Amino acid sequence: MRTGLVITGLTCALVIAVLISLVLGKYPVGIEDVCGFFLWKVFNAGVNLSIDRQLLENILLNIRLPRIMAAVFVGASLSISGVAFQAMFLNPLVSPGILGVLAGASFGAALGMVLSKSWFFVQASCFVFGFLAVMAAVGVARFYKGNSIILLILGGVISGALFTSLLSIVKYLADPYNQLPAIVYWLMGGLTLVDAGTIRTSAIPVVAGVALVISLSGYLNVLSMGDEEARAMGVPVERIRIILVVITTMLSAITVVLAGMVGWVGLIIPHISRMIVGPDNRVLIPVSALVGALYLVAVDAISRLLFTTEIPLGIITSLVGIPFFAVVLKRAGRGWS
Amino acid sequence: MALMEVRHVTFAYREKPVLKDVSVEVGEGEVVTLLGPNGSGKSTLIKTVIGLIRPGQGTVHLAGRDISSIPQKELARHIAYVPQFHRGAFPYRVLDVILMGRMPHKTFFFRYSQEDIDIARTVMEKLSITHLAGRPYTEISGGERQLTLIARALAQGARIFVMDEPASGLDYGNQLRLLEHITALSCEGYTFIKSTHSPEHALWIAHRAVMIKKGAIIADGRCDDVVNSETLLQLYNIRVNVIRLNGTLRVCVPEMLKDNGAGEGTERPSVFVHRGTLRR
Repeated sequence: MRTGLVITGLTCALVIAVLISLVLGKYPVGIEDVCGFFLWKVFNAGVNLSIDRQLLENILLNIRLPRIMAAVFVGASLSISGVAFQAMFLNPLVSPGILGVLAGASFGAALGMVLSKSWFFVQASCFVFGFLAVMAAVGVARFYKGNSIILLILGGVISGALFTSLLSIVKYLADPYNQLPAIVYWLMGGLTLVDAGTIRTSAIPVVAGVALVISLSGYLNVLSMGDEEARAMGVPVERIRIILVVITTMLSAITVVLAGMVGWVGLIIPHISRMIVGPDNRVLIPVSALVGALYLVAVDAISRLLFTTEIPLGIITSLVGIPFFAVVLKRAGRGWS
Repeated sequence: MALMEVRHVTFAYREKPVLKDVSVEVGEGEVVTLLGPNGSGKSTLIKTVIGLIRPGQGTVHLAGRDISSIPQKELARHIAYVPQFHRGAFPYRVLDVILMGRMPHKTFFFRYSQEDIDIARTVMEKLSITHLAGRPYTEISGGERQLTLIARALAQGARIFVMDEPASGLDYGNQLRLLEHITALSCEGYTFIKSTHSPEHALWIAHRAVMIKKGAIIADGRCDDVVNSETLLQLYNIRVNVIRLNGTLRVCVPEMLKDNGAGEGTERPSVFVHRGTLRR
């Protein structure tokens, strides 16, 4: 009962946040114009708009909505990846980058910026290297003949360190007047470069990925009891873990493609969500997807509005996330061994 | 035919032999206790029985079928593993922990049904832990946690319970209550294979004791026949007298601590009064 209420409430809050966010921006658009526009667009309802439809369509659908959808995708993806990893690795302090996906994707993006002028190439390289980094981590664990949790984490540490140093090499070699600043800004995280095309392409994998993690969320409870117990309850531990690692890697790599490095979301949103609905992953996964989306839409709105020049999103999520985490640490410590 | 049969199982961990040609048979409704010093191979044998470890040589049979040919999920419907007292990383509700036991009855994409919840409630009632349903699993006592794990095993629908040192980490009262629960369940036909560090636990509830030392079985038989001073000396290298108390239970009295004066109470004051309370 309560769960349903929380999910409905959060969904409404997210819709409202998206609508408010559509109003915010340099060109003044009223909330009644936003609502009217969507009524016309979706239901073909005849409404009076105070702004030219073509202009409104351009502002809302081509400029503002892609960016807001990117915030929703990034927030939801990082949050559920965080929850899934925390359950799989039996540790509430784990974040989505643990297997090296964020380091790999950052390196891929930087490499793409140095090698090519094509934005598509940068995105593709970012996505591919995110996957390669995780494959390297899993490969290291396999090399030592294990799919055990500790070996996977060690593999992730090694792979993350490798790609972080490779990123430094790329930065060192980059042209310091154009490429280096571009790389540095990218790594600060932001949604300025998001376009409608990228959102359309990433919508299917993100929605499918989130849906798959939600449908497998029942396994996360059992996986977090440890491999042996899970296997003794008939769960194909390795198979489920590999499936989840592949999906979360895909989701995390897409967040880097869309927004660069957005830190701390995958760590603090799971904790906030756990405070709201408790640790049961069947509820926690959908709730944290909603909370994460809501959080990033809000933070993005703040980053656009607070000052005349835009502050990179990743800086705000870190600045908000770190003190928040310090505060909740005590409460979140419940039940840690 | 024996319900479970371990046939000539040999297992080595990194070339170090852990089990050497071990054979054990377990009948339905039997309570079998594995006794042995640390590192004797008890846990390995337990993990072999539930299919977590594949033996290097030999086989394990469940009702005549080699368990390596039984799918994991099906096996979990027959054999439940009750792990040692542990703390989870996440404070799941007790009911949610018990529901995990329904996993082997579910398809790949699953949701727990009302039937699953009813089963979980029934087993909680059976073990009188219904009041714990909504409590966080990490905040209940060790004894309650062990009962939760047993409830989960019951929810699994298994008739064979394999327990690795279930009493370790529990306080004295909870240890005895746990033994009582095991006895009650065995009367209903559940089969138990459990390891313990306390020979008395074998003497008090087990039908049979299997003694393992350095990966080999040194004794296997009815507790009354098998657990005695000689075998315990052999097993733990310590002198213990096994004494029957007035025709009821048998207890272990260690030889080495007998003459240290504890418990006699004549030479020493039996009650120490704290100074502060004397002055008042």
